[in-house]
Amino acid sequence: MNNELPKWVDYGLMPLINLTIAFAVAGLVVLLVGENPFEAAYLLVRGAFGFGEGIGFTLFYATNFIFTGLAVAVAIHCGLFNIGCEGQAYIGGLGVAFACLAFDAYLPWYVIFPMAVIGAAIFGAAWAFIPAWLQATRGSHVVITTIMFNFISSAVMVYLLVEVLKPAASMAPETRTFTDAGRLPKLDWLMEMFGSSLGGAPFNISFFVALVACYLVWLLIWRTKLGYELRTMGTNPEAAIYAGIPQTRTIVIAMLISGGLAGMMALNPIMGDQARLNIDFPAGAGFVGIAVALMGRNHPVGIIFAAILFGMLYQGGAELSFDMPSISRDMIVVIQGLVILFAGALEHVFRPTLMRIFVRGDN
Amino acid sequence: MEFLISLQTLDSTVRLSTPLLLAALAGLYSERSGVFDIGLEGKMLGAAFAAGAAAAVWHSAWAGLAAGIGVSVLLALVHGFASITAKGNQIVSGVAINFVAAGLTALLGQSWFSQGGRTPQLKMEERFGEITLPGSQMLADIPLLGPVYSELISGHSLLAYVAFLAVPFTWWVLFRTRFGLRLRAVGENPAAVDTAGISVVWARYRAVIVCGILCGIAGTYLSIGVSAGFVKDMTAGKGFIALAALIFAKWKPINVMLACLLFGYLEAVGIRMQGRELPLIGEVPVQFIQALPYILTVILLAGFIGKAIPPKAGGVAYVKER
Repeated sequence: MNNELPKWVDYGLMPLINLTIAFAVAGLVVLLVGENPFEAAYLLVRGAFGFGEGIGFTLFYATNFIFTGLAVAVAIHCGLFNIGCEGQAYIGGLGVAFACLAFDAYLPWYVIFPMAVIGAAIFGAAWAFIPAWLQATRGSHVVITTIMFNFISSAVMVYLLVEVLKPAASMAPETRTFTDAGRLPKLDWLMEMFGSSLGGAPFNISFFVALVACYLVWLLIWRTKLGYELRTMGTNPEAAIYAGIPQTRTIVIAMLISGGLAGMMALNPIMGDQARLNIDFPAGAGFVGIAVALMGRNHPVGIIFAAILFGMLYQGGAELSFDMPSISRDMIVVIQGLVILFAGALEHVFRPTLMRIFVRGDN
Repeated sequence: MEFLISLQTLDSTVRLSTPLLLAALAGLYSERSGVFDIGLEGKMLGAAFAAGAAAAVWHSAWAGLAAGIGVSVLLALVHGFASITAKGNQIVSGVAINFVAAGLTALLGQSWFSQGGRTPQLKMEERFGEITLPGSQMLADIPLLGPVYSELISGHSLLAYVAFLAVPFTWWVLFRTRFGLRLRAVGENPAAVDTAGISVVWARYRAVIVCGILCGIAGTYLSIGVSAGFVKDMTAGKGFIALAALIFAKWKPINVMLACLLFGYLEAVGIRMQGRELPLIGEVPVQFIQALPYILTVILLAGFIGKAIPPKAGGVAYVKER
């Protein structure tokens, strides 16, 4: 019996249906606050793609979401739900900041850059290690422990920024600003190639790191032995153990990769934009990763599209709130929730209908 | 040093643990029936906003309570539909509800009232304000017991008394009634309940609705009990501390109360600790006290202080045998 939907339905049509319903509900919310949903949608898309600076911001946000989306997806392939990306990204910021603070007086950016990438990944992975290890060896549910670790990370970071990393003369809870060696080059040349200009948008080369990460994740999940073990563990843990796949090792490695990817997100806002480590810099990007992974069906290509979609919502939403003050940026959070609801929790609702339409004559 | 056990600290412990207690009991009903709920935070927030808005518009605390419970039950039913009927992932559904509530309350608050996401300031009679219990004036002079009665036990919102009375009531419902037996049974072994001819789906829906009602009271307490209106993101993670308390209490009603009092106490101490020193330990960073509930929960989950075993059928939708 054929139980599977055609690929284009599973990866194309279904996310589209889910997305349409999520946006239809969001449209009702816009009606509720007394604005025209179609006009709002037009303003949003124009704000995100209508001019060079807008596109730059859209892609800047998308870079964050590619990292966190990949992080969530790798864990899901292993059957783990990593809600802790926010905390892992936050702690990952330490890796970036330490590399910059230690070397920005002596070394050029292209030497600091790889150190920052590795530092971010190591700190992010380390923060995921305890939940991973507890899940693998003691059965503590990773969802609950990663939620707890999000809160612990925020306490840790506030403490470090206020008590340790803040320059003595400063009042604001943030590190000193890095020198130019602690900043990543912007991608203005890329925009100029298309005859546009980046303006003030902080779109930078971390975008390429994100794309490389996408390729490596694809390679890992579908082209390596570890990826195979990971997916087996995610689909059927008992079969995986029976096949001799070491459970503890696989779970811990999956979570370390996930945490590392989440940590690498810190590169973009810290080295690419602020040139300092500040309070709550991930600003919810870790949670957006959940929506991005669900939307992109846990595939790197899908994640890139979903990340750009959410980048569009973030940038366009900011522009929209200028033009229509009654629609504040909180609208993005609503849409994010609706996407998670319809693409995640309610995904099975439409499956039987689609099965009836596209898979026939077999039952 | 005396701030650790002063009446003031203990009084604010009661205040701070009340919303935790209501939300944790809400989670208790839901999770005991096999529906995991990390959307306590969102339901509380939605209820807090609805209560603040309704109380401001209709000038009645009871209208606020009704609106708070209504919105919370509605969100609970969305979660119920996703996790019971649609057999979706309960964690994902809970996350979704948290975001929808966080976004909608801020958005609607701003567009309806234009006060930066706040609802209008409420007058005393539009709130569930402090109630002075009978005789607290008279008994206040009795040493030790008098102040405890008049300051600690008396002088809380009506909803706080509801919260603490809900503890023995919940115990009675869960362990002494047919409804409670069935609720616990569908959380442990739904197939057996189904075999006995009792509807698993209906039992779980009822648990989820009770969860909605209690979260509704919790949110109402926050916005029109202890404060005079809704403030953007006013739950600030309380739903997750409640969840931690529920796990810390190993899904038992009396333990839930003790865990909530402990976490409330830590919060109260954290507020008063700023810059003070503890004997022997010296100055403890306030962030450490704030993170302590989460750290304790992780340690408990790791099985180092007893073992927290969740309801066996939790997190899994029941599929009837064919």
